[in-house]
Amino acid sequence: MTVPQMPQRAATDVPTELAETETRFEVASQWQLIWWKFRKHRLAVISLWVVVALYIISFFAGFFAPKTADPSNLQTPRYTPPGYAEQSRYVNAPPMPIYWIDDGVFAPYVYGYKKSRDPKTLEETFVIDYDRKIKLGFFVRGDIYMVGLHGIPISPLNNLKVTWDVHFFGPINPADPFYPFGADDVGRDMLSRLIYASQVSLSVGLVGVVLSMLLGVFLGGLSGLIGGWLDNLIQRMIEILRSIPDIPLWMALAVAVPPKTDPVLVYFGITIILSLLRWTDMARVVRGRFLSLREEDFILAAKLDGVPTRRIVMRHMVPSFMSHIIASMTLAIPGMILGESALSFLGIGLRAPVVSWGVMLNKAINVADIAQLPWMLLPGAAIFITILVYNFLGDGLRDATDPYH
Amino acid sequence: MVIYIFRRLLYAIPVLFVISILVFVTIHLPPGDPISKLLENMRLQQNITFSQQDLDMMRARYGLDDPIPIQYVKWIGNILLHGDFGYSFTKRAPSEQVISDLLGMTIAVSVASLIFTWVVALPIGILSAVKQYSFADYFFSFVGLIGLAIPSFLMALIILYLGVSVGKVSLTGLFSSPEIEHAPWDLAKIGDLLKHLWLPMVIIGTSGTAGLIRILRANLLDELHKPYVDTARAKGMPEWRILLKYPLRHAMNPFVSGFAYLLPGLVAGEAIVAQILNLQTEGPALLNALLNLDVFLAAGFLLILSLLTVIGTLISDILLAWLDPRIRYGN
Repeated sequence: MTVPQMPQRAATDVPTELAETETRFEVASQWQLIWWKFRKHRLAVISLWVVVALYIISFFAGFFAPKTADPSNLQTPRYTPPGYAEQSRYVNAPPMPIYWIDDGVFAPYVYGYKKSRDPKTLEETFVIDYDRKIKLGFFVRGDIYMVGLHGIPISPLNNLKVTWDVHFFGPINPADPFYPFGADDVGRDMLSRLIYASQVSLSVGLVGVVLSMLLGVFLGGLSGLIGGWLDNLIQRMIEILRSIPDIPLWMALAVAVPPKTDPVLVYFGITIILSLLRWTDMARVVRGRFLSLREEDFILAAKLDGVPTRRIVMRHMVPSFMSHIIASMTLAIPGMILGESALSFLGIGLRAPVVSWGVMLNKAINVADIAQLPWMLLPGAAIFITILVYNFLGDGLRDATDPYH
Repeated sequence: MVIYIFRRLLYAIPVLFVISILVFVTIHLPPGDPISKLLENMRLQQNITFSQQDLDMMRARYGLDDPIPIQYVKWIGNILLHGDFGYSFTKRAPSEQVISDLLGMTIAVSVASLIFTWVVALPIGILSAVKQYSFADYFFSFVGLIGLAIPSFLMALIILYLGVSVGKVSLTGLFSSPEIEHAPWDLAKIGDLLKHLWLPMVIIGTSGTAGLIRILRANLLDELHKPYVDTARAKGMPEWRILLKYPLRHAMNPFVSGFAYLLPGLVAGEAIVAQILNLQTEGPALLNALLNLDVFLAAGFLLILSLLTVIGTLISDILLAWLDPRIRYGN
């Protein structure tokens, strides 16, 4: 009895491993398959980590920024950050190069600036003051900041009433000036402002994309599920919206958001405006998916089993194209970030005291300025990096969710 | 074919109708009243004060007290019947005159950008597909992705910065001097325009180029491995002829339809880049009109920009039908 079994075992010995990996694939859930495929896309995986890092830095902006974003507009009452009096001396100061090694030991420092007059033009210029060595360190005590999304003008989020004063990196003496990325036109640290601005710039994309997804899934779903005249109407609506150039229409809508109102309203107003024109792509994807899924056997089986339509949609159809929606959402985020930056750059989007990358870039609108102060373009670099990594991430997700490639 | 074109033309009418309503409503969303804004500006500039009576008279003159639907009907009626877009409060001239002064340059910049996009994307797309995974393919894919990620207004700023700091030249404007701009058209003026047109053309065209290269490459790759290509090769057809005669024609299809979605993007990109490059086109004028509540001028601009894209879509549909018989004879 056992004899015939022996060779059989031996014969299947080698293929078992193969079979095991095969069964691993067979029993893996859709999400697992997507993740495995996504992991192969190196650039997308790196981008995923960069995106995660950007959001972590942005969420803990107070901790990662060496200084406060806007000392003159602090929400902490009766608090003047150390070194605030000196700030005006550093208006438009160029970036300070950081030296990491001092006397052969790791001890980062920067040199301070002093002002001198150019003998030819009598213009005031910054000269490195080699007598003033500013020692830097990690986890230093500095300006007091509020924990939470301080930059976003929504009160419960930026008003947690929890304050802390430890900064990831900065001058050991909090009164010392520290401008690794230069100073803006009132002597504020560009790096700190960039980090605080990321809270608005990065969240506008997310909030806008969620809004446009809700609109897109709802209208696209109606279009694909019910069909008929409703489908026709929604499709025509999408075509019309797509044939209007977005930035001019955004401009017109953004002007309608009154500038003097509550920053919260402006923030949501701009976000809603951005998503009003961007749901069309999402609606197309969803409609296409519904139309193709309608013909699938498993949907027919569910129908024949007497499953109510609502349950078929929520339980069988939506989960099967959720991954596609996430991929298209990721690819839609850069457009939103770009839209906010463009509007704020033109001065009709968000405005000070709210700080976003577009608001910061608005200062660079004058060409004569950027020739003198090229570090004013740094918010542009932040926008560029964010859009690039979101594009890579979205590409990777799209490839991973596409079963045909 | 004639029937198809006719049907498309007929279809454009309701689309434009809905767009015109959208535009008109959007323009009237901002709080505030154009007349008080105008009088306020005049008071600040010329120190003339106006009474409430003047204000009411002006409002009645431009029909601003009517309900929005009535205002809309009057507005669209005047445009359709008399070509009258309403009075521009900021420019103190009929809106249609202001718009037509700037329209030529807007079309020139948009069309130049479109041509740039095509001329650059076509050879690079073909090269990337035919030599897939080669150095050139990777190089152009990389450059393309960078091009997609740089917002056009940022690129304009960087190029202007480089121009000033490295080349010591100012690259703004479409003409070398205001005198040339107002001179009648001659060869020298066209030459001067061409000398300045390349910059907005490259900046506005780049983002579209990157997208188009990717589409063309993907489509061509799909076609290149089909059996009919092998058949042609087996029969001894030269490689370049196989490529140009069959797969490229298939792959060109979305290239032409891309026209439809490329154009709104170009017009939109133009609106913001023109602001930075200080071009005399519709974009900066629209922003100015919007900020000053110059309702009729702003509505006219938006309507004309949308009309441009609808016409562009129409042309692309007709081209596509000409290229692909399935569209012509399909449902």
